[in-house]
Formats: sequence, structure tokens, C-alpha cells
Amino acid sequence: MSIELKNVTKKFGGVAAVNNISFNVNEGELMALLGPSGGGKTTVLRMIAGLEMPTSGDVFIRGQRVNDVSVRERNIGFVFQNYALFKNMNVFKNIAFGLKIKKWKRADIVARVEELVKLFGLSGLEKRYPHQLSGGQRQRVAIARSLAPKPSVLLLDEPFGAVDAKIRQELREWLVTLHHDLNVTTIFVTHDQEEALEVSNRIVIFSGGKLEQVGAPREVYEQPANEFVALFIGVMNVLNTEVKDGIARIGELQFPAHDQPDGTRLRIGFRPYAVQCSTDLSLYPYRAVLRHTFFLGVMLRLEFELASGLKLRSRMTKEEYAQLGLEEGREVSLQIRNYRVLKKEEGSLPAEKELSYQPPPTIAEHI
Amino acid sequence: MAGTVKRKINGDSHRQSRRGTEESPVVKWVLITIAMLFCLVFLLLPLANVFAQAFGEGVKAYFTALADPNSVAAIRLTLIVAAISVPLNVIFGVCAAWAIAKFNFRGKSMLITLIDLPFSVSPVVAGLMFVVLFGMNGFFGHWLQDHPVHLFGKVIELKVIYAVPGIVLATMFVTFPFVARELIPVMQATGTEQEQAALTLGASGWTTFWHVTLPSVKWGLIYGIILCNARAMGEFGAVSVVSGNIIGQTETMPLRVQSLYEGGSAASGSAAFAVASLLAVLALVTLGLKTLLEWQQAREFERAQQTPAAFEGERKFPSPEDFR
Repeated sequence: MSIELKNVTKKFGGVAAVNNISFNVNEGELMALLGPSGGGKTTVLRMIAGLEMPTSGDVFIRGQRVNDVSVRERNIGFVFQNYALFKNMNVFKNIAFGLKIKKWKRADIVARVEELVKLFGLSGLEKRYPHQLSGGQRQRVAIARSLAPKPSVLLLDEPFGAVDAKIRQELREWLVTLHHDLNVTTIFVTHDQEEALEVSNRIVIFSGGKLEQVGAPREVYEQPANEFVALFIGVMNVLNTEVKDGIARIGELQFPAHDQPDGTRLRIGFRPYAVQCSTDLSLYPYRAVLRHTFFLGVMLRLEFELASGLKLRSRMTKEEYAQLGLEEGREVSLQIRNYRVLKKEEGSLPAEKELSYQPPPTIAEHI
Repeated sequence: MAGTVKRKINGDSHRQSRRGTEESPVVKWVLITIAMLFCLVFLLLPLANVFAQAFGEGVKAYFTALADPNSVAAIRLTLIVAAISVPLNVIFGVCAAWAIAKFNFRGKSMLITLIDLPFSVSPVVAGLMFVVLFGMNGFFGHWLQDHPVHLFGKVIELKVIYAVPGIVLATMFVTFPFVARELIPVMQATGTEQEQAALTLGASGWTTFWHVTLPSVKWGLIYGIILCNARAMGEFGAVSVVSGNIIGQTETMPLRVQSLYEGGSAASGSAAFAVASLLAVLALVTLGLKTLLEWQQAREFERAQQTPAAFEGERKFPSPEDFR
């Protein structure tokens, strides 16, 4: 186990930015700390680095309690959001800085810097100053600089925050490749769930200084521990329903809820992919009109409007769209394949429920 | 490139029609004339006059006046005072700016106000303050009299007022905002991330200061030192009160100018201007250096502002093959 946090709390003034958090990072893992801004993720990262001290709780790096170990001795690589390159030093000197501090021999420094420059695609830029580099180049210098002294952990604060969207995608892939190649335990902070899902092995989700869930991308997406995670990871349709005669209803939509007394308010959530549609109006139980089609590249986002005015989001590939012969304004029939009951309370969410409609059943029959 | 093109376009359109926000040419020229006249009458003419008067008795008289032992003593004292007070103020200024820019603490705004205090206190009052404190009847003055320093078997009574230490103190008081004032905004703009980065790379506080902090604020620091030095050499009011004007001993250049001028004779008058001309040269050199630095800084800023797009063409990400 590379890093462990045990009941860590950090207060600024009287306010807890991080509240009693515990999780581990395994050796060689690529871990994402994900959450909305103000969630405490950067504070956690800085506590691992030693740039902030926990108010209570312990931080372990490779089994050693490091609460009292200064930043300088933790042997971590830290990449700042705005890179914090030394402006008065060129690329070579930036990367060599940590090695000079560690009193490496001159020849070893040159060899190490050359190795990194090559690895990071910075050849020919050694003499440039930070202001003469592009955003992507700056970031690679920052990562190279932090990796130069061979840290046991690499920490990145919002590594893709300061670059434009086009470079961001390239950087994501590049980070995965780099991590695969160097196999150094890596933790990065992000507020972008897509980024976390795509890049990391595991994700720690924070909100309001509390840990919401730790798990592999697929796990947090498919089995969110609570409503926050369910809503934060991926897109979700959320409906506020009220139970009547054992059925949670909103508009014409109905979800079985035998165990709930009448009048209970339930929040129902389902992913866009759970919304299935057909141009065969008798295939599925609900009638809707396709209002908008948003082009997202390979995928399309669809917005359906039910007869009652409810709007549902769905997703499909271009091919499916073409196959179904859909177009804006087209009338379709819909079903919701699976959904979950979202609860305000903490704790795990009830398992996802399947609604398997045999065509052409009605909801009433099904229940 | 884009800038020049834009400017050209603006220039053309200007000729055809004035923008609504612009004043009429008459107003513009009247304002320029007033500003120019003011500079000419109040700055350039007196400056030219200093040199004219200094050389009024001939070049030889000029150098004879400067070679006068008492003038030489004044020049030397001025240099000594500057050599002591400027470095001390640099240390103080760096410490204060560091504390204010990088830390949050109670009384921070009070410290900022205090640093500005010498700007708002009349130098004469500042001098008087030291006389009251260190003079014969002052609190520290008494104490110093009662506690002579024993050094190398000799008994030395430390005298502050009407002596060099007093002049240094007064000069330091008057000049101490300069370095701090210049550094605070620069340090605040730089932030603490570079220092934190140095820390994560294992650097000690001292290494960080020398290799990261200091280089990043060097222009501000040099600028502050130049201003501080100019003021330290040129200060009259505060120094005049504490020095006692002992010719050849506690006279700095500005004081020497005054005493020579009050000498009354034509020769001493032109000697006064000779010493004054040195101060004027100092002012001109300071102005030149200041302009040079500002130009340098602007150039560096412009380079920093350059969009990295110029280099974007070479952006190349290593392909996965590069890692194998």
C-alpha cells in the first residue's frame, strides 16, 4: 500500500475543509480525487504532499506515518495547477533543480534531464524559458521537473485545468501512457467527472469535505453509493414522484413502489442510456416527441418530451439514430429500462431496478 | 505585428473622423503646452541653472571647489551614510515585503500603514524625534551617556545626535519605505507557488530564497534600491536636524550645499553649485537607471505576454512508441 489516510480532518479557521476522511492508494495506482470545487480534494492532495498539515488524523506513505515529516523529506513529486515553473530558469534548469538540491553529480544530472526531456517530447526546448513555452509544454516541463528526483508518489493538482480543450484530450491519453510506462503511484485532482472516469484506475469522490465513495470508474458509475455520486458521475434524469397505490407517479410515468405508503415522495433517477425508444408507437408504453438532437461526436444526446410535458434525456450512437430513422419532431414510444430510487439520506442506494416490459404490456398489468 | 496594423488603422480613422471619446485638438494642445511649460520652468531651467552656476567661475574653479577638504568630507560622509542605510533598508524591506506578501497575520494592515509612515511624516519632525530620543536630555541619550562602550581597552561614549549614527538613523527612517513598497506588489503578484514547488523538490528555505524568490523579484528590488539610494544621498531635512552641521564632520552633501551658499561670497556660491551639480548628476543617473529598468521590465512583461501560439506549431506529443 503506497498511501493511506486515516480519519484525516483539516480545519481552516473553524471550518472543516476535509472531514474525517480515510482511504488508501495502492502502489502503482493512478487515482483521481474528484469533486465539485470546494469539495476538499486539493486540500487532501496538499496534505499528502505535506504542504498542509492535518488538524487530526494520520497520513502514511509506504507504511510510514508522515504527519511530522516535512515536504522536503517526503520524496513526492507535486505538479501545481498553474505549473509554478521557475520563471528565471530555463527548461533544463527547471528540471535539474531537484537534482541539484539532492546533490547529484553533474554528469548524472545532465543524463537524467536528457532522459526526461526525451521522454516528455521537449527536445530542443532545453534553453527556453517558461514564458516561451506553450501551455502543454509548460505542463510537461512541470511534470518532468517533479519526476526528476524519482519520487515515490506523483501528485497533480488539476493537471488539465489550465490547457485548452483540444490539448486536454491529448494530455489525458499522454498521462495514462506515462503512468503505464513509469508505474509511479499517481494521484490527480479534477472536478471533471469525465476526465476522472477516463484516466484513473480508481476514483475518490468528495463533496463538502466529506468522502462520498471510493471505487473503480465503472463501480462508481454503475453502483453509486448515494445520490450525490449518482448525480455527479455521468448524466442522470431525476424525477420527483409521489407514491399512490403502491406506484410512484409523475406525469404519465409510473414506477412500482409496493413497499412505500401513499404520499411518500421518492426521487427516481435513471441514466440516459436507460431510456429506450422506438418509432413503432405500440412497442413501448409511453408516447413522446423527439424535441432536440445534440451532436456530441460519435454519440448523440436526445431530448424527448412526453405528452405531459416531462423532458427526458437519452443517448445513442449515430448509427442507432439512423437505423431507427429518427428526426426532430418525430413521435416515438419510450420505455425506461432500469432506474433507481434516489434518497436524500446518506448510505448506499437501493440496487438498480429493472423494468422489463413485454410488448405491449401496460404498467398496471406489469405490477 | 497585429498591434502595428491595428494602430495604423486607428491612425487612419483618426484623420477622417474623431472618436466620440476624444477631446478636440485645441484642448489636447493646450494641455500638452501647459505640461511642457511647467516642466521647463520648474524642472529643466533650475537644473540647467545649477550647472551654469557651478561652472560660472570656470572649470578649474569647479574642480577646486570640489577638492576642498570640507566638500570632500561631505561627499565621503554622504557615501558612508548611504552605504550603511541602503543595505540595512534592503534587508528590512525584503523581510517586510516577504512577511506581507506571503503570510497572513494579525496586524498586517497595520504593518503596511507603518511602512508608509515616513512618507507622511515631515522629515524635520522625524529628525526632531531622534533628537528628543537620543539627545543629551533624551531617554536613550541619558542611557548611552551612562553606559559607555568598552572596546579594545578604550572607553568610547556613543554619541548619536550631532554624529554619524544619528545621520544614519534619520536617513534610514526617511528611506525605509522605498524597498518594501517596491517589493510588496511584485511579491504578491508572484505568489507562493514557485516557493512551494521548490520545497516539494527538497529545497531548504534559504536555497529557495536565493534561487527562486530573489531572482523573481530582482527588478523590483533593484528599482527600490535605486530610489532608496537617491533619497538617502539627497535627504536634507531630517539629517539637518540631527547632524548639527559640524563642518568637515557631520555635513552631508545637501548640508554642505546650504552652508556654502550661505557663505555669501561669489566663490562659495559657485562652490555650492558645484556640490549641488553632483547631486543633480546623481538625480539624472537615477532617472536614467529608472527609465532603463522600466523599459527592461516592460520588455520582459511583453515577452511573458506573448501568446505561446507562436510556438504552438512545434507542439508534438510523444507517441506511445516513444515510451517503449
